[in-house]
Amino acid sequence: MTTLENSPQKSSNENVSEKNQFGRIGKTLDELDDRLGIAKGGRNLLDKIFPDHWSFMLGEIALYSFIILLATGVFMTFFYIPSTDTVIYHGSYVPLQGQRVTEAYASSIDLTFSVRCGLLIRQMHHWACDLFLGAMVVHMARVFFTGAFRKPRETNFLIGSTLLLLGIVEGFLGYSLPDDLVSGTGIRIAFSIIESIPLVGTYVAFFLFGGNYPGPSIIPRFFIIHVLLIPLIMLGLVTAHLFLLVHQKHTQFPGKGRTEKNVVGTPMFPIFASKATGFMFMVGGVTALLGGLAQINPIWQFGPYEASKISYAVQPDWYMGWLDGALRIAPSWEWSGFGYTIPLEVLIPGVILPGLVFAVVQLWPQIERRYTKDDEMHNLLDRPRDRPKRTAAGAAIFAFVTMLFVASATDVLANFFHVSLEATLWTMRFTVFLIPVIVFFLTLKITQEFQKVPEGGRRKRANVVTRTPSGEYVSTPAAPRPGDAHHELDAERLPDLLEPIPEPKEDEDGMPPTSETGVRNIER
Amino acid sequence: MQPKAKNPKRAEALIAVMMLVGVAGLVGFGVAYIMVTPDWVYGLTLGIGTLSLGFGVTAWGKYLMPQGPFVEDRHPMRGTDEQRERFSAAIVQRGGILGRRKLLAGIGGLGMAVFGLIAAIPLLRSFGPLPQNTLSETNWKKNTLLVDSTGRAINVTDVAVGGVVTVYPEGRQNTDEGQAIDQTILIRLTTQDYITQPGRESWGPDGYVAYSKMCSHLGCPVGLYEQQLELLVCPCHQSMFDVTTGAEPIFGPAPRPLPQLPLFVDSKGFLRAQTGFDQPVGPGYWTRS
Repeated sequence: MTTLENSPQKSSNENVSEKNQFGRIGKTLDELDDRLGIAKGGRNLLDKIFPDHWSFMLGEIALYSFIILLATGVFMTFFYIPSTDTVIYHGSYVPLQGQRVTEAYASSIDLTFSVRCGLLIRQMHHWACDLFLGAMVVHMARVFFTGAFRKPRETNFLIGSTLLLLGIVEGFLGYSLPDDLVSGTGIRIAFSIIESIPLVGTYVAFFLFGGNYPGPSIIPRFFIIHVLLIPLIMLGLVTAHLFLLVHQKHTQFPGKGRTEKNVVGTPMFPIFASKATGFMFMVGGVTALLGGLAQINPIWQFGPYEASKISYAVQPDWYMGWLDGALRIAPSWEWSGFGYTIPLEVLIPGVILPGLVFAVVQLWPQIERRYTKDDEMHNLLDRPRDRPKRTAAGAAIFAFVTMLFVASATDVLANFFHVSLEATLWTMRFTVFLIPVIVFFLTLKITQEFQKVPEGGRRKRANVVTRTPSGEYVSTPAAPRPGDAHHELDAERLPDLLEPIPEPKEDEDGMPPTSETGVRNIER
Repeated sequence: MQPKAKNPKRAEALIAVMMLVGVAGLVGFGVAYIMVTPDWVYGLTLGIGTLSLGFGVTAWGKYLMPQGPFVEDRHPMRGTDEQRERFSAAIVQRGGILGRRKLLAGIGGLGMAVFGLIAAIPLLRSFGPLPQNTLSETNWKKNTLLVDSTGRAINVTDVAVGGVVTVYPEGRQNTDEGQAIDQTILIRLTTQDYITQPGRESWGPDGYVAYSKMCSHLGCPVGLYEQQLELLVCPCHQSMFDVTTGAEPIFGPAPRPLPQLPLFVDSKGFLRAQTGFDQPVGPGYWTRS
């Protein structure tokens, strides 16, 4: 094997490089490097090491579903008309024919039924959105519970959690656009929540909606915010998020040969690249299957929005559920006096509570640092059990939000369990606070117990039991694998040329070698 | 360095099959697209195609490429002490040039701040009218005729006892404003002896009562009428209003009764409003007294 020098001095000092030994591709790359100076950084990027752990894939799901959202979203903008002007519907959806509906609704129906692949793309967009937000939540949980947000990555944690916040807003705006019965009700509630803010609420609401609800400006404004403003901000933040990830390099779990000063894993090209590209296709495939086979947001069944009509047992998208649940279980505490009103029954659950939850989550790195006084750089991850208080606090926050989510189904729960609505409501009002407390102490106890188990949760090395032709049983330990409790593979420097895959050598008699599997054949 | 696959030839064959299924799925999607099929066929072919292709490519990387583990050094984020010092020096020392002229720095800073404020206020102000009285007013005035969604006036004999109609001010039934703000629910009560609120003795002729249909919680239409219990239920957050006691909230997050519209029967037997609502309809806000 030839070892190539890749020191930067050699390649670009002279204008005309020596003949590149890598033929035409090499020559093209040289030409590009002459002009753009890509050789050094390019090689570094291709060599970038990605630690192998399944949990690092969660952020990828978010990234790929974001890409799917952009692609499917652009497709839909060619057909959707953001207007509340009314037209008589004459499209291919028979039950709606002859009805006076808004252009937004009519074009959404046309996109669904008259544009080839339209329904698929629209449902893929909606599913990708649910997937995007779900992946972001789970990814954030991974980062939180493993302490990946610690110095120097606080900024990236802030960027990531801002992306989640923007994603929720973007999702809400998105499902408001078709102007169907369900979406209109959601917008009405959003207007009322903004209205509840003391002093400035009505002004903010009027400026955002272009006047009192409903008004003709909502749909066009939501449209441009949904397709331009927020996606642009998100795209910028995603770029910054990825840039920082490359610049600061990945975190990794502790293990043999893994230190604060190195990264152990597989290189970007071609190994990680092929895994990641394949995975992107897999995420796309799942989204396409969902979009094609699983109905979501059937706006033609909901019907067009009329402000005085409403449907029963309709829920918002899942990521809005916790806010809806909070609004449901809040007590009716309106305060009024001195000629002013503070609708606390809306302000607390609709504005203050989500603000607090996001503030706690976004500022967690700072909160934790103040508590631990830890100023070290951290590139090795914590196992959740090793940080019982953080793990318990995270689990409690998660439980709280989950309980709020459950509370958004009080009517369904009451129906299902044949309990009165009143009993369900009061149960939720208490359990929303009780369950997180229980979860906190339970998690604290479990993590502390886990700590006492040495090597707990690690895989033991397998023993291979073989029966020899003569009937003797032989037990030998299997070859060590990464993650084994007793032995891990040594990491090696990334060579300049990755070796081609060695074919399995066969002995002359056609038998595979015995040493590799660790099985001994005992001759008698 | 060893690839993961124990039997590379078999793995390669399996991966090739996966990728071929992927290609077949994608070709199938193309065929389906040209032939115009239902959307589930598009989703199925595209999904299977991309999924299998993805599985194949990922498996290739995972099982047939060198697995290492490889190692890379991390370089500290921070620059050298000298770099840091030079950077701070540039900011602080050269920044001192600005601080030397306190008058100019002050006025300049003030100018920037004023620019920020001035730029923000008209920008916001361009986006919508000021709220003023719009939130506290409806189109219900003295003598306004009640009409249903088709514009038909409501005769006192029209609604059976226990019946419910959503009504609008005459001429507003098809407008956004009429639907969203003026919407009112007219109920003919099953019991004539509903509990009249003080000062509202004449508001409900012949058992008819009319309440704003905008929920006092978040403005959803209070669209469910529970006839037996004589309750209005908001489907959004399950607030319940007792229509026999002036739509007093008896359950849920709604803080206030639904405003009641005073009615009278005119000489031709049609229902009209005595006056508008005596308070703002819908959810609470800062300047609602």
